Amino acid sequence: MAQNVLSITQLNEYIRGKMDADPLLTQVAVRGEISNYKCYPSGHHYFTLKDEGGALKCVMFKGNALRLRFRPENGMKVIAMGRVTVFPRDGAYQLYCTAMAMDGVGDLYAAFEELKKKLAAQGLFDPAHKKPLPQYPGTIGIITSSAGAAVHDMLRILRKRYPLTRVRLLPVRVQGAEAPGEIAAAIGYANHFHLADLLIVGRGGGSMEDLWAFNDERVAWAIYRSEIPVISAVGHEPDVTISDYVADLRAATPSNAAELAVPDREALVQTLDGMASAMAVALQRQLKGARQHLNVLAQSQALRSPTGYLEQRQKSLELLKNRLISLENQHISRKNQAYIAAVSKLDAMSPLKVLTRGYAMAQTGDGHVLRSVTQVEPGERITVSLSDGRLSATVMEKEAKQ
Amino acid sequence: MNQPNQTFEGAMARLEQIVRAMERGDVALEESLKLFQEGTELVRSCQKLLDEAQMQVNQIMTAPDGSPVEGAFQDEP
Repeated sequence: MAQNVLSITQLNEYIRGKMDADPLLTQVAVRGEISNYKCYPSGHHYFTLKDEGGALKCVMFKGNALRLRFRPENGMKVIAMGRVTVFPRDGAYQLYCTAMAMDGVGDLYAAFEELKKKLAAQGLFDPAHKKPLPQYPGTIGIITSSAGAAVHDMLRILRKRYPLTRVRLLPVRVQGAEAPGEIAAAIGYANHFHLADLLIVGRGGGSMEDLWAFNDERVAWAIYRSEIPVISAVGHEPDVTISDYVADLRAATPSNAAELAVPDREALVQTLDGMASAMAVALQRQLKGARQHLNVLAQSQALRSPTGYLEQRQKSLELLKNRLISLENQHISRKNQAYIAAVSKLDAMSPLKVLTRGYAMAQTGDGHVLRSVTQVEPGERITVSLSDGRLSATVMEKEAKQ
Repeated sequence: MNQPNQTFEGAMARLEQIVRAMERGDVALEESLKLFQEGTELVRSCQKLLDEAQMQVNQIMTAPDGSPVEGAFQDEP
């Protein structure tokens, strides 16, 4: 027994090293049936994959499990991908699963990814190409099976939310080989005859194969080319199809599509109430403003006391009148003084006044004032006026000044 | 295409106009009173439309010439 003795830890580490160096074990895909499936509150999933001959312990951590496109269940046949290595604590190897697909649809996934990449490159998912939905769609075209529950769910919700719209159902097969062609044709037909303001294209939940028609390139192009806005409504929440990427709006489910397609009656009633009160408030505010303005006017002199206003006006009129009169009087008295002055001046110049100072005025018999001896001859009668009377006289002789 | 919806859509657009004009407050009082009256009537008729509307559902079928024909669709058993 001269052999090297290893500890358990050393041995487990040795085996782990071997396994981690193996290219197959670090990237392996394995087919099996799920059993002992457990999802812990931590979000990590633990299960066993088995087939007729054996079993393999598997773990899928939360981050990878969140990307699962289905809910794993016991008995489900799957293909699990990941790395096989040792869990040293238990000395057991297990599959650290990074991805898992339902067995048989693996090819579909690959096809889906390939088409998605191709159409993305061709610009079919371009957000700039997406059309806005009408706010109040008058007619909604529903392209789906007339048999499934989906159409009834949609009609029930549309009727409840917005009965003002009308619905035109374009029945199509939604699964099977004929489905993609029929769906694409119905979209084209609705556009050609302007059958709707908005299209809902979809179906209820099902397996990935069931939903496959909505991953068809013809359907993708028909949605892309539609002049009428399209809501894609395929399956349940986690199901994502190519149609969802191309459509103007993706709805999680057909019912959700009906909710997204039309406004809600309750919300509209509230909006209307809001508008009614907004109008009332605006009108009241304006009335209040007008009333204030009116009050300002009412406060004014003219309206508060019309007689007082008139009296005041009368008073000032009186004042003006008096002023006018006094001006007139002044004017008159000024004229008067001038007259008196003129009169006294006239008086001073009066010949009668001169007579009182001892002068006399001689006049011919016919009244001409004598200024020259030449005016009379001796023997003519003249009148001599004095201040207190007059004399009649006869010219005795005349003698002219040299 | 759809009479009640068109009426409703038009009424909502007009109502928005009226509310905006009244809230701006730059219209004469007399005009405001008229707008208020018009708006109140529109609100009433919109509510009536919502209360009384019956959603129409038809199934589209194709005539021999390829044109669409509307047929009844029984969606409520």
